[in-house]
Amino acid sequence: MAATARKTTGTRSKSAGRSRSSASKSKAAPSIADFSKEEELEAYREMLLIRRFEEKAGQLYGMGLIGGFCHLYIGQEAVVIGMQLAKKDGDQMITGYRDHGHMLAMGLDPKGVMAELTGRRGGLSKGKGGSMHMFSKEKDFYGGHGIVGAQVSLGTGLAFANRYREDGRVSMTFFGDGATNQGQVYESFNMAQLWKLPVVFVIENNKYGMGTSVERASATTDLSHRGASFGIPGEQVDGMDVRAVKAASEKALEHCRSGKGPYILEMITYRYRGHSMSDPAKYRSKDEVQKMRTERDPIEQVRNRLIEKKWASEDELKEIDKKVREVVNEAAEFAQNDPEPDPSELYTDILL
Amino acid sequence: MPIEILMPALSPTMEEGKLAKWVKSEGDSVTAGDVIAEIETDKATMEVEAVDEGTLGKILVAEGTDNVKVNTPIAMLLADGEDASALEGAAAKAEAPAAPEPTEAPAPSAAPAPAAPVASKPAADPDIPAGTSMVSTTVREALRDAMAEEMRRDENVYLMGEEVAEYQGAYKISQGLLEEFGPKRVVDTPITEHGFTGLAVGAAMAGLRPIVEFMTFNFAMQAIDQIINSAAKTLYMSGGQMGAPMVFRGANGAAARVGAQHSQDYAAWYAHVPGLKVVQPYSAADAKGLLKAAIRDPNPVIFLENEILYGHSFEVPDMEDFVLPIGKAKIEREGSDVTIVSWGIGMTYAVKAADELAGMGISAEIVNMRSIRPLDIDTVIESVKKTGRLVTVEEAFPVCSVSSEIGFQVQERAFDWLDAPVLRVTGKDVPMPYAANLEKLALPNVGEVIDAVKAVTYTS
Ligand SMILES: Cc1ncc(C[n+]2csc(CCOP(=O)(O)OP(=O)(O)O)c2C)c(N)n1
Ligand SMILES: [Mg+2]
Repeated sequence: MAATARKTTGTRSKSAGRSRSSASKSKAAPSIADFSKEEELEAYREMLLIRRFEEKAGQLYGMGLIGGFCHLYIGQEAVVIGMQLAKKDGDQMITGYRDHGHMLAMGLDPKGVMAELTGRRGGLSKGKGGSMHMFSKEKDFYGGHGIVGAQVSLGTGLAFANRYREDGRVSMTFFGDGATNQGQVYESFNMAQLWKLPVVFVIENNKYGMGTSVERASATTDLSHRGASFGIPGEQVDGMDVRAVKAASEKALEHCRSGKGPYILEMITYRYRGHSMSDPAKYRSKDEVQKMRTERDPIEQVRNRLIEKKWASEDELKEIDKKVREVVNEAAEFAQNDPEPDPSELYTDILL
Repeated sequence: MPIEILMPALSPTMEEGKLAKWVKSEGDSVTAGDVIAEIETDKATMEVEAVDEGTLGKILVAEGTDNVKVNTPIAMLLADGEDASALEGAAAKAEAPAAPEPTEAPAPSAAPAPAAPVASKPAADPDIPAGTSMVSTTVREALRDAMAEEMRRDENVYLMGEEVAEYQGAYKISQGLLEEFGPKRVVDTPITEHGFTGLAVGAAMAGLRPIVEFMTFNFAMQAIDQIINSAAKTLYMSGGQMGAPMVFRGANGAAARVGAQHSQDYAAWYAHVPGLKVVQPYSAADAKGLLKAAIRDPNPVIFLENEILYGHSFEVPDMEDFVLPIGKAKIEREGSDVTIVSWGIGMTYAVKAADELAGMGISAEIVNMRSIRPLDIDTVIESVKKTGRLVTVEEAFPVCSVSSEIGFQVQERAFDWLDAPVLRVTGKDVPMPYAANLEKLALPNVGEVIDAVKAVTYTS
């Protein structure tokens, strides 16, 4: 049985972006297409926006301004930004509850995202959804889902609609390593391949589902092979390197767009903070986290390249940081001062 | 200006915590991300990270202090270049008393009733022998103790669910069980509700006694087919040859600000199904006695807990083997003017309302249902025959609710004793909103219970 799950079928062209390095054993990084100066700067700016936004959200949570569950994306920024750099207009995104970064990547106003976190009327869902449940039809962002695994079938449905309309769009469906064990993931894989639906299944493997490591939850731990029995091609990608993510995403999106069916990308990444704000994270060592932060940080990697290549000076990068902080502070300011929803909103948007 | 470091909120339900330890001392320099202190809540010990940089100027709350309210200033941080003199004005401000917390329920609007206050005393529990000594226990501990006692008693009992073993439970209910019983009997599952629920039903059919923990009952919806089509119906379909002696337990209902997909009360859903028993405990004693009964019960039992109640303490009898009967309600308080029927967290509103009503001269009898299926309607009818009035209280949606069923059965069997229509106080008929103000409106409150009682007693 295991033998059939080894290498996948489907196209496995040797694009420059193919990478099998994992975040933890990063030594033998294969050649990755270099970014231009503009691309590096864009990636830097966008990832920094997510990082600073999430730090601010954590702070507002501590002050009691954000309630409930709040799952931060810190450490995983390269995954969503790499995909965003590869996607075309009209491609959709859908994910679970760790969704703030995806929304920022889809170009949503940080004010609207932050005001949703504080539950105010200017929030993306008018304050009614909260951190885990946000959507934007306009920007092709389909949520924000609180039930682990549910978005995988929904994302496959977006792809079904794309193929139905033959509009050339691709659904980028994100889910965690923990979510890969839910049954509906495999039901969706089967239909996606059976009907050749344009969906990239993006597994964000950050090594833990809440307090459970992949090894303790999964019989086989190479999650890129999870589509093998359906013939869905998959590969592991260094999810801490935004260039590797972009290259792999371009290839996967092209595969889907050309009518060949779904594609699986397993992004090897890491979350620095606890699962949610209330997770003391006793299941992993401080050293493990610290090692990731100092050796593999996705933002530092870009920063170092920019400095090394003399594409930006320390001062210029500081200036970018300052601008990003301004945007985030403005969002936080707005999110604290915007009024709560009108009480009449309690009874709206239930049925049409 | 020195920056105030405030006691952070670290979970959806945290209101206060213990400042367990200062990792930094006065005079230490701090950069963003440094751990400065450790805080203990009833669930966990958490680290507080600095958000700003500077020097820790003054510690305002000493380590070891209990019950520090969220947002209380705990220390002052001096920015670069500031010295301790900057602290003086600021610290004085920080120590000023905090504004009083807004009360949870709107005060009853009517002027105090002219009637003299009546006594409102908890009734004795007939299931606890007189003279038994009582121990203050949280609902969380009571649930754990119940499982541990039953696992010691019967080798076939085992616990499975997400994060129940090594993490000690997402809500710390299974604390210590892995240590005592080992990984064979305390089993961490993948996130696979439909699969592990079906697996547990199969194990029960084969003679084991599974306790399935759902991290919350919202996630049991992934598994509801196995609960209903497999667990509930097999005994009947097999002509009595085999069934599913097991417990499905976990947090049910709203927590705090966790939004529509994580805030739902499933009592009515499961109570609808023949072949299931449904239990919804309120106090720690309910939790302990009923969970032990549920584990011993030869049927599938849905055991609906509540995250907010986990940290509440109640008196639990200090008995070798305290088991409560499933399907039997408890008169929580005796009264004569109105019957308030509730269960689970609904009881918290009922009890507070009864206290306030007593002050207005209205004597309320409170029936704590404890079980939803079988439903102890006899106890309700008996009480209604005495008071002539009934108000039900629950957090679930109103339509086709447990209240609907109780109201229906009461009109069927006690129509002639009713002096007013039966009223229900429930959650509003809307998905749970996230915004703080809307969430408050969506949930019932004590004021609504008082208003309903006034309406059925025709009190202005
Ligand atoms: C169906 C369901 N079961 C359980 C949960 C509780 N829960 C929320 S997140 C989570 C862990 C998910 O881990 P993973 O898929 O790896 O995503 P990550 O949090 O690491 O991004 C669990 C168990 C849930 N929300 N939904
Ligand atoms: Mg994960």
